Amino acid sequence: MHRDSERHKLFSRRAALLIGGKAVLLSGLAARMYYLQVIEAERYRVLAEENRISLRLLAPPRGHIVDRFGVAMADNQQNYRVLLNAEDAPDIETTLDVLGRIIPIGPGERRRILREVKLNRRFVPTTIRENLDWQIVSKIEVNAPDLPGVNIDVGQSRHYPFGPETAHVLGYVAAVSPKEVTGDPLLELPGFRIGKTGIEKVYDLQLRGTGGSSQVEVNAFGRVIRELSRQDGQAGEQVVLTIDLELQKMVSKRFGDLSGAAVVMDTNNGDVLSLVSTPTYDPNAFNTGLSNEEWNQLTSDPKSPLTNKALSGQFSPGSTFKMIVLLAALDKGIIGPDNRIHCSGAMELGDATFHCWKKGGHGWMDAFNGIMQSCDVYFYEVARRTGIDRIAAMARRFGFGEVLGLDLPGEKPGLVPSRKWKKKALNAPWQQGETVLVGIGQGYLLTTPLQLAVMAARLGNGGVKVTPRLTRPRADSELDSITKGSPDQDPVPESLGLLPAHLDLVRQAMTGVVNNPQGTAFKARIKTKGQEMAGKTGTVQVRRITKAEREEGVRKNKDIPWRERDHAMFVGFAPIDKPRYAVSVVIEHGGSGSSVAAPIARDILAEAQRRNSAKLGILPDGEPGTVPEAQQQVSKPKTGKSRGKG
Amino acid sequence: MSDQILGGPEQTIRQKLWQIHWFFVFIVMVTASVGFAMLYSAGGGDVNPWARPHALRFGFGILVMICVAVIDTRLWLRYAYAIYFVVLLLLVAVDISGNMGMGARRWINVGFINLQPSEMMKIAMVLALARYFHGGSIEDVRRPTFLISPLLIIAAPIVLVMRQPDLGTGLILLITAAGLFFMAGVSIWKFTLVGVFGLAAAPIAWQFLHEYQRKRVLTFLNPENDPLGAGYHIIQSKIAFGSGGLSGRGFMQGTQGHLNFLPEMQTDFIFTMLSEELGLIGGLALLALYVLLLVYGIAISFRSRSHFGCLLGMGVTTTFFLYVFINMAMVMGVIPIVGVPLPLISYGGTAMLTLLFGFGLLMGIWVHRDVMIGRRGAADDG
Repeated sequence: MHRDSERHKLFSRRAALLIGGKAVLLSGLAARMYYLQVIEAERYRVLAEENRISLRLLAPPRGHIVDRFGVAMADNQQNYRVLLNAEDAPDIETTLDVLGRIIPIGPGERRRILREVKLNRRFVPTTIRENLDWQIVSKIEVNAPDLPGVNIDVGQSRHYPFGPETAHVLGYVAAVSPKEVTGDPLLELPGFRIGKTGIEKVYDLQLRGTGGSSQVEVNAFGRVIRELSRQDGQAGEQVVLTIDLELQKMVSKRFGDLSGAAVVMDTNNGDVLSLVSTPTYDPNAFNTGLSNEEWNQLTSDPKSPLTNKALSGQFSPGSTFKMIVLLAALDKGIIGPDNRIHCSGAMELGDATFHCWKKGGHGWMDAFNGIMQSCDVYFYEVARRTGIDRIAAMARRFGFGEVLGLDLPGEKPGLVPSRKWKKKALNAPWQQGETVLVGIGQGYLLTTPLQLAVMAARLGNGGVKVTPRLTRPRADSELDSITKGSPDQDPVPESLGLLPAHLDLVRQAMTGVVNNPQGTAFKARIKTKGQEMAGKTGTVQVRRITKAEREEGVRKNKDIPWRERDHAMFVGFAPIDKPRYAVSVVIEHGGSGSSVAAPIARDILAEAQRRNSAKLGILPDGEPGTVPEAQQQVSKPKTGKSRGKG
Repeated sequence: MSDQILGGPEQTIRQKLWQIHWFFVFIVMVTASVGFAMLYSAGGGDVNPWARPHALRFGFGILVMICVAVIDTRLWLRYAYAIYFVVLLLLVAVDISGNMGMGARRWINVGFINLQPSEMMKIAMVLALARYFHGGSIEDVRRPTFLISPLLIIAAPIVLVMRQPDLGTGLILLITAAGLFFMAGVSIWKFTLVGVFGLAAAPIAWQFLHEYQRKRVLTFLNPENDPLGAGYHIIQSKIAFGSGGLSGRGFMQGTQGHLNFLPEMQTDFIFTMLSEELGLIGGLALLALYVLLLVYGIAISFRSRSHFGCLLGMGVTTTFFLYVFINMAMVMGVIPIVGVPLPLISYGGTAMLTLLFGFGLLMGIWVHRDVMIGRRGAADDG
């Protein structure tokens, strides 16, 4: 018994020790609770809020792009998508089988879907197909009971109603690439699109708008429980272009399969009414993403449909440059308007012979006839006498050799050669023969269709330095200015400082080109009274004609490969008494300027004037104009070519 | 003869029921009510799926507790080893069924209820050890050879439980057993020796841990290392605690729990949810209830006139303490997460049944506090 009481004492002592230990541990727990819930409470409360509140970005709708009359050229379309919610689909395979009867799902696509379903969290829907038409959407809706987990979702996607016809002006939008991320959180939104080229790129920030945000309460899996607050963003602004959509469509249609570019400008304020480059592409296709095959096809096409040739295509201007040469000579008093030069069909300079396009020669030529009949020998001689530097200076006054600052990306400056340039670029002295070539717009000289249109506009408006533009300084359409009568606040452009007499001579000669039976483009004249046009043809040789070939007879364009054919050019303006519209047409490897380019330019200028009178009548009726029958007959090809050095 | 076995003042069932410490039962019920409230909240303001079944099981558990309380302590003494061996066999059975390719299973289905032998072992082992040490004199305990049998008694179930693998139960078994050894009078230097060996063996034990157990230990040491992976539970639990503050976010207003940031909020992490919604005040109040139960448990153990009763009472109390401490410490990021439920509050039937069975034994010790039992199991007269 004694032993057992001793045992009990030991137990009591030990148990008390143990109880003490427990008390210490429990106090520790209480202390820990105090630490977490009082001392650190603030920190953890913030963390808890962060946990539960998730900020979701809302993409703003992209601004529309409209033409000068407010007609939408780029808008947003409802984009119907089929989504698969894996957690609502008891058997994904069966669901896909049923869906496959409505929209064919290939084995590759099926694998992609199954892979994405596996990667996504259960409640994150997987996109099966985008851009569905309404018919398929309704079919899926009707079959909804057999398609558990399949949902139709409506988003917005960029839409170009006139796709290819406006592609080179508007550009296109596509998914953001990693190097385009700037820190704007919108750019990191999945599925967000930004402008990649054209107006979409230049005015991207304006069109983009600002993102809204939605504060949502989420659970640990990221599923939204409810929305706490919402801040709507600002929709992108509308961009109003100077383009006349109907004219743009007409020009585009008129080009057909031809490869080239045309620019139509208002001679007074520089508004670009139409800017076409062919062949073109469908910008809508970029929105959904091109397949490799489609992309390769676009980039490997020798006619480069992705290049905007109106501003990036650099061509020798050919005979369309002769006005500049003449003005340079007249301006410096090197020749007078009546000074005559004899054309025997060729000119000798040193060892070289420079041929005129007319085999027998033009005989005695003055300034007026030199332009009207596009005599090469006359301009060889004028250029030789004037010198390259004076020609270059005049070319620059008309906008050549520099970027004109149109609000589109990719504008090229072209090239106006001079002594200084050759020394710097090629480290060689200038040769007189090179001046002679520039005299007929060949040689080193390079220009863009946009620059040619600007030249035509500056000639047409009486030597005023207009610059091309695609948007008005004030963001309203012509419709507004007509209805509200708000004055056009265009700054008065400066003068080029040319003698009116010289300009008149050039303009008369250009009128002669089209309206005088001796002119190179007589067949392409506008016959409507008061709408007559003036212009200048150009046929630019892109291959070398050997002496042997010249002796045997120069081959016709149809006998040589496309790549070696001549470029057909035309610049012009209308109406002749009070010019309002200037145009440049360049058809790559199209043949002769008079038979190919001039008729197109005629139709364009006729349509522009018809639309103008219709508009003054009251408003855009929208219907593309019908050219009077007499003007629709296609001119027969004419073998009128300006030939440079043999 | 019956006096020889069931000696001491005999009581009728009626007397025994009167003797039950009803205030203790009341506190148990209050604590369990806190559990119902929290499970109601965890269910999103619904008695389903957790609060109602939990209440039903608790009702059943209370009945078991009262039945156990009226059974004479000497009967428990007599059948202590038998109970231990039956439970051990059940443990072996789940181990074998697990090995037979039926997956990791911790329970045996006996029709209406899933028996979890590792839970039952917590009581069975205490019974067995209490009986063993009850039978040994103070000199016996000093002999190292005397300690071989009890070491086997604890080693067998711990090995089986760790194989399941159930770290939490293994830990509770080990620490409870150590406590009983200590109170039985095993000298302190022996503990020191085992401790030193244990530390030396730790690297070897590390090899036998499951990958996920190692991960838990490593994560515990630095949870911020892997905030979305293994450290996620600890971090989210601490956030929930901290955001509760002094007075909590209000009943049913906790965001961490209700938005599923808390893992298993109805079981292991229910204390986190309680602290988030009821704050430091609520947490301390619950802790106070537990302390009250512990104090009564200790008092009852000390009051017992038999050594078996003392050891059994303290063993049960220690097990209860370990549940409370391990669960609270792990959800507060003090120790690694080992998967121990909060007694009477966490959803889950077996743990609650084990505890109520243990409380029943404690009640029984109280009811039979004046029964004296000889070393051989016979009643002592003097």
